[in-house]
Amino acid sequence: MPFIPHTDTDVKEMLAAIGAPAIDSLFDEIPASLRIQSLAGIPEALTEMEVNRLMQSRAQRDGRPLNFIGAGAYEHHIPAAVWAIVTRGEFYSAYTPYQAEASQGTLQLLYEYQTMMASLTGMQVSNASLYDGASALAEACLMAVRANRKSKSARILVPTTVNPTYLEVSRAIAEGQQLTFETVAYTPGTGTTAASAFNAYSGQDITAVVIQHPNFFGLLEDVDAITDWAHANGALVIAVVNPMSLAILKPPGEWGAKGVDVVVGDGQPFGVPLSSGGPNFGFMTTRMEHVRQMPGRIIGRTVDLDGKPGFTLTLQAREQHIRRSKATSNICTNQGLLVTAGTIYMSLLGASGLEQVASTCQRRTSELVAALTKVKGVKLAFAGPRFHEAVLQLDRKVSDVIEALASRGIIGGFDLSRRYPELGNALLVCATETRTDEDIAAYAKALAEVLK
Amino acid sequence: MREPLIFQHSRSGRSAVAQYPHGEKADVPAALRRKQPPNLPEVSELQAVRHFTRLSQLNFSIDTHFYPLGSCTMKYNPRACNQNAMLPEFLSRHPLGPDSAGQGFLSCMYELQEMLKEVTGMKGVSLTPMAGAQGEFAGVAMIRAYHKARGDLQRTEIICPDAAHGTNPATATMCGCSVIEIPSLPSGDIDFEALKKAVGPKTAGIMLTNPSTLGVFERRIEEVARVVHEAGGLLYYDGANLNAILGKVRPGDMGFDVIHMNLHKTFSTPHGGGGPGSGAVGVNQRLLPFMPVPVVGKEGDRYRWLDERDLPQTIGRLSAFMGNAGVLLRAYVYMRMLGRAGMQRVAEFSALNANYMLARLKQAGFDAAYPDRRASHEFIITMKRQAKELGVNAMDFAKRLLDYGFHAPTTYFPLLVPECLLIEPTETESKQEIDAFIDALIAIEKEALEDAAKVKGAPYTLPVRRLDDVRAAKQLDLTYQERSG
Repeated sequence: MPFIPHTDTDVKEMLAAIGAPAIDSLFDEIPASLRIQSLAGIPEALTEMEVNRLMQSRAQRDGRPLNFIGAGAYEHHIPAAVWAIVTRGEFYSAYTPYQAEASQGTLQLLYEYQTMMASLTGMQVSNASLYDGASALAEACLMAVRANRKSKSARILVPTTVNPTYLEVSRAIAEGQQLTFETVAYTPGTGTTAASAFNAYSGQDITAVVIQHPNFFGLLEDVDAITDWAHANGALVIAVVNPMSLAILKPPGEWGAKGVDVVVGDGQPFGVPLSSGGPNFGFMTTRMEHVRQMPGRIIGRTVDLDGKPGFTLTLQAREQHIRRSKATSNICTNQGLLVTAGTIYMSLLGASGLEQVASTCQRRTSELVAALTKVKGVKLAFAGPRFHEAVLQLDRKVSDVIEALASRGIIGGFDLSRRYPELGNALLVCATETRTDEDIAAYAKALAEVLK
Repeated sequence: MREPLIFQHSRSGRSAVAQYPHGEKADVPAALRRKQPPNLPEVSELQAVRHFTRLSQLNFSIDTHFYPLGSCTMKYNPRACNQNAMLPEFLSRHPLGPDSAGQGFLSCMYELQEMLKEVTGMKGVSLTPMAGAQGEFAGVAMIRAYHKARGDLQRTEIICPDAAHGTNPATATMCGCSVIEIPSLPSGDIDFEALKKAVGPKTAGIMLTNPSTLGVFERRIEEVARVVHEAGGLLYYDGANLNAILGKVRPGDMGFDVIHMNLHKTFSTPHGGGGPGSGAVGVNQRLLPFMPVPVVGKEGDRYRWLDERDLPQTIGRLSAFMGNAGVLLRAYVYMRMLGRAGMQRVAEFSALNANYMLARLKQAGFDAAYPDRRASHEFIITMKRQAKELGVNAMDFAKRLLDYGFHAPTTYFPLLVPECLLIEPTETESKQEIDAFIDALIAIEKEALEDAAKVKGAPYTLPVRRLDDVRAAKQLDLTYQERSG
């Protein structure tokens, strides 16, 4: 019996101790009319060897095409040590550290993680992670409503250069609590959001302004001016950032005169494989004054009975298992295993290693843009400073080009034409440190064939 | 054993340089450039590996210890599930790649949806919720959307039993609903008369866990379903305890309209120190149009993502992509390895283990919270008597168990049973392990009789002794303040 250790003798002895004639009688409180006899739609069991073959054949069907998409999930080199440690049973098969004394490994790691994320984002405190970047933004908006006590409107301004899926997720999660999201258009020529675009809202009750930087097009926003506009108008600022970019970009804690109020994003670039989009981890950092409004687990350092330092879950009075219907969020889990990967990744790379990776990504994308815009029928949509993504405009339908590239083993980019019809046949491309000169040349060659 | 912070291993100028790409310089306008590097450690690769390996050794886990944490289903996580989810092709697949380049992955997801429909008796499954709590959110949001689509705007009340997980009422609030709590009877069933009074034209639905968090099956479930449906409400099934009934009875057959499953419980994906979870939702016919997107569809022999264009009434997206895909692959492998008969054995042997433990503990003089009931896959003992007579409470027993090499059961939940331990052995534990745990509880009670202070001072053999939680919350120390090196 797969994964069941019981011998026939065990079963007999156990039933005797219970005083039950058969295992089936343990279900005698379930109304007989509801009981089912079998699960006809489930296939017969496979052995491990058989399931390995099945999964290998499925995996091979997808192969390993050369990837040039980012759009919120980025292919980076992952040091071998990261997942060798993450998949140790002691991390992999532990649970939420409710029994702190038996979970010091996970708790100390999370404390180290909180320290790293707070410093990276230039903020004072971090939680122990949320599900992903999109849901972290939704939680940040809900948090802003609690934290901005002067605002009564629950109105959130969101530039259209914020990842459109992040906005959709925020709407799906937060609109039930009467938050409203209003979009602010970007400047057509630059692909970035002008601080003056917010002037239409000056003097109104706005709860928070969201800024994604680099924005969804990979471009750098005027973060100082927008942050200052928001604070001057009584709104909090929520920054959405790619953590990798913070190795070279000014942290949100230093944007504008006062710095932002909440920082969120997806930690996937730090040691988490693409894996069809999950599991990733969302992060959230904030100012100390807002810590009690922050959702999710938070780890604190304290002392034990002997006065020795130790780590524990803290500020639990915010959470659902204590506050129930009055909790800050229904969140119960974090993404502990992925945070483990992220923390080991940040430790291995350090500040200078991250800077090296981020700089290389930027350079590779510049090289990719240079190579692709040499192809006839391709032009760069926005010329401003960017991190590691760029918008290209093609002379034909993007989805057809993507399919044609895929048949040549190249995943060519993200099709923007549905979300941003005003950009025409627009393709969002990305190259990280994992793309070589040969990879970029191969893409340019394939694209030239497809657009011929 | 203790381990310094990674920052204390750090020395300026040290690095794991094999991980760096070849040098490049970034080109960033001065006003947007980072001036001071972040406070990250500077350590060698060996130092990092040794540090995090040592941290891992400070944890209890399923792989190292019996972990009978009630309501959490800490069963063995087969290694094959991990190995197959981490095949390089799966790991390197970008979520926004074209469907044509992901047919292998999509076929696994489609079949997983189909298998989950079969084991729950539902008509549709969406895999996108990233945890149980998000699955709950999706479920209640669908109930809200259903009533709204019918123009039935006054239905804003969600009924929860007092034994419900804290996530249930918190979820109802997140969905803009108010919560009506109904009590449980001394038998462990919900108070049916109170339910009849609670339902009405404002009822959006009821959230139930069955078997409940009290470790017993709700025997009048068919009548509960009838009363709620007749009042115009829908039934939400919290799948936290699905392990107890897998292949024996299906939520869809009990009358539930919507369900979330905790794949990290019932389908054995890793708990990972508190996540990732995975909270797939199942729905019956009337909620099909409202499922969160994306969902995998099949047309001929091709698989593709269905999105807002296919399901225009969807409650929307809950994650940036499609949820915890890698977790879903692990659940898929697990289900294929269990197969049809293996699914039923999950319920059978988890019930056998729980009822055996309950019988032996009762025999040893411990007090069951519901002594006349069958255990589901878990059960509650109450330490009220020991707390009163010996001054040794449930938490003291829990902490002393750690010294005996067992992870503690869930303590002080559900809230309505005083001094409770909620114990869930799962089907993957052997009789020997269970017997050793029972012997430990008996030994601790003997210790408590002879020397209560000894038990109250536990644990003694772990990396730390009991921690000062009050100080942790009052003198907040959430980040290490000194700079590295």
